[in-house]
Amino acid sequence: MAVISYRQALHDTLRAELLREESVILIGEEIGVFEGSYKITAGLLAEFGPARVRDTPICEEGFVGAAIGAAMLGMRPVVEIMTINFSLIAIDQIVNHAAKMRAMFGGQVSVPMVIRTPGGGGQQLAASHSQNLEVWYAHVPGLKVVAPSTPADAKALLTAAIRDDDPVLVLENLALYNTKGEVPDGEQVGEIGRAAVVKPGHDLTVVSYSRATVVALEVARQLEAEGISLEVVDLRSLRPLDRDTICASVRKTSRAVMLEDDWLTYGIGAEIAATIQEGAFDYLDAPVRRVAAAEVPLPYAKPLELAALPDARTLVKVIGEVLDATRFAR
Amino acid sequence: MADESATASGEAAAGRAPLGDEPGRVMREYYRQMTLIRAFELRAAEMYQRARIGGYCHLNLGEEATVVGLMAALEAKDYLFTTYRDHGYALARGLEPGRIMAELFGKTTGVSGGRGGSMHLFDAKARLLGGYGIVGGQIPPATGAALALTYRSEPGPDAEAVMCLLGDGTTNIGSFHESLNLAALWRLPIVYVIVNNQLGMGTPVEKAAAEPELFKRGCSYRMPGVRVDGDDVLAVRDAARAALTRARADRQPGLLEAVSYRLRGHSVVDPAKYRSTEETDRVRAADPVPALRAQLLDAGVLDEASARQIEDESDAKVSAAVAFADESPDPTPDQLFDHVYATPVANAPHALPGDPVVPAGR
Repeated sequence: MAVISYRQALHDTLRAELLREESVILIGEEIGVFEGSYKITAGLLAEFGPARVRDTPICEEGFVGAAIGAAMLGMRPVVEIMTINFSLIAIDQIVNHAAKMRAMFGGQVSVPMVIRTPGGGGQQLAASHSQNLEVWYAHVPGLKVVAPSTPADAKALLTAAIRDDDPVLVLENLALYNTKGEVPDGEQVGEIGRAAVVKPGHDLTVVSYSRATVVALEVARQLEAEGISLEVVDLRSLRPLDRDTICASVRKTSRAVMLEDDWLTYGIGAEIAATIQEGAFDYLDAPVRRVAAAEVPLPYAKPLELAALPDARTLVKVIGEVLDATRFAR
Repeated sequence: MADESATASGEAAAGRAPLGDEPGRVMREYYRQMTLIRAFELRAAEMYQRARIGGYCHLNLGEEATVVGLMAALEAKDYLFTTYRDHGYALARGLEPGRIMAELFGKTTGVSGGRGGSMHLFDAKARLLGGYGIVGGQIPPATGAALALTYRSEPGPDAEAVMCLLGDGTTNIGSFHESLNLAALWRLPIVYVIVNNQLGMGTPVEKAAAEPELFKRGCSYRMPGVRVDGDDVLAVRDAARAALTRARADRQPGLLEAVSYRLRGHSVVDPAKYRSTEETDRVRAADPVPALRAQLLDAGVLDEASARQIEDESDAKVSAAVAFADESPDPTPDQLFDHVYATPVANAPHALPGDPVVPAGR
């Protein structure tokens, strides 16, 4: 077990899969000579050569679609889209093609490809470079969407995604690349479609994914000292969604708060709240609350950016409101 | 490259290329395929009007020479990606007419199991990798299929190649240009074929493309472009064969434009009112099926009786296809979630409308 960064875990996993399986190829803008916009692919061109680590022109629709076609013929392309914002240029290929082909062609073909792409705000990149659009993809049958929150999950879920025969979107996060954590040695294949209780507790459930899980765990540690026991459910997989794990947790704690970096209306949290009211209605002591991003195109100026994004302080405040509403005795 | 480009569209309707040394049995086979497509499409129109076929239904009427010429050049080992106007290609690729009609009828015996319909014919064995309903959607995947071939084998006269069909209107969409650029940069074994039937839905090429000589659009990517008379089955075949040969042997991607006329509207329901009477007359005069018939009768390759026999056999095949489709079973709701995913994972949704998404806790 080594302590490494999320970035290193992704890099090491790509390298291990390139070594393991000849049909795995990497495709994307500036992933070779430039070694990746966020250096996830550093050193891989030198080690594996330009056929396995393929730099593309700037043409998301073209190279994502080309990866789909290569996957139809049995390759296992891992595409890097520089940020999730640019995935919109390729959305026809992702939603109208990758997601549909197997079903629409009667199961005669599969599309074993991975799209890795980071989302997230907070880097002062302004409105068009700071989005969390994962719900657009999590909405679409035929796709699988995972959102690892730790270096260990980044390794396990990326490995699972590469070995899966369906198109899988691996949602990374700019704010997580430098975070560190323990990563088990050797092969680790995560399970797509399963959430995890990453911190057990009994007073209130926080449901979150990606960067928000890191914030939720920090808040859980902080409140533990005040005698409040949070249970944190990390979704890990946004499609399929593990509703049972969420509902089992809320049946235990009777209170739930969603923490998410995407916009509130129609966001991932809306689906979680609907799930909880259906699967744990009789157990709830208070309405489910959502802590999500303010619904504005994210501004550049730091004070405005900070005001728009959910953070630990806001989560603590909302948890307090839910506990107070249920006369929780501290 | 521009200097390699040639045009042969001037003689579209009038003087067809002579048969040359082409064996009579080959010409009879092409005529047979063209009559089969013609009969199938006319029957598909009828079945659509009788509501046996749903959704959209786009026909290859008027494009038969292009279809048969292209498919004669494409070898069994090659891969084909088409537009949504795909029935004729599936027939000429050798798929059973009954399985194609069954797909149009939405039956389990259809080539795509009734999941795709008219626009999405697919047959993995025949290496027909799909009709595609989104204009331009097929071009990047076709390009990627050609990329996959470069990992599989070396270039050479026997190497596999990809043919990607597109319409004239599609040359204006970004995916076309992005794909041509990738294919040229990466030297992929692919031939892009513009089936120019001279109309988008109703918009003429000149109103849609600033360079209406569409084969020239490969110039930006130093990709050889050739235009042929799409009503001339041999010209289409030979040009496609030449382009495929370069794709196989030199991994030189190519752009081929076949100019023909769509005999009817954009889809079965379109009366094509945007066409003038003169234009409609011109289109009918250029109809490649009677033209080839007359040519083969002239050349003594067919006589009236043998021509009639071929046409009757095509009609009979199509009638059998309709009967097969009719008798085939409909898919049942318990098959609804089949094929959505290739790798089963936990918690994949299987709820029908109105089902609870999670059992209520107790």
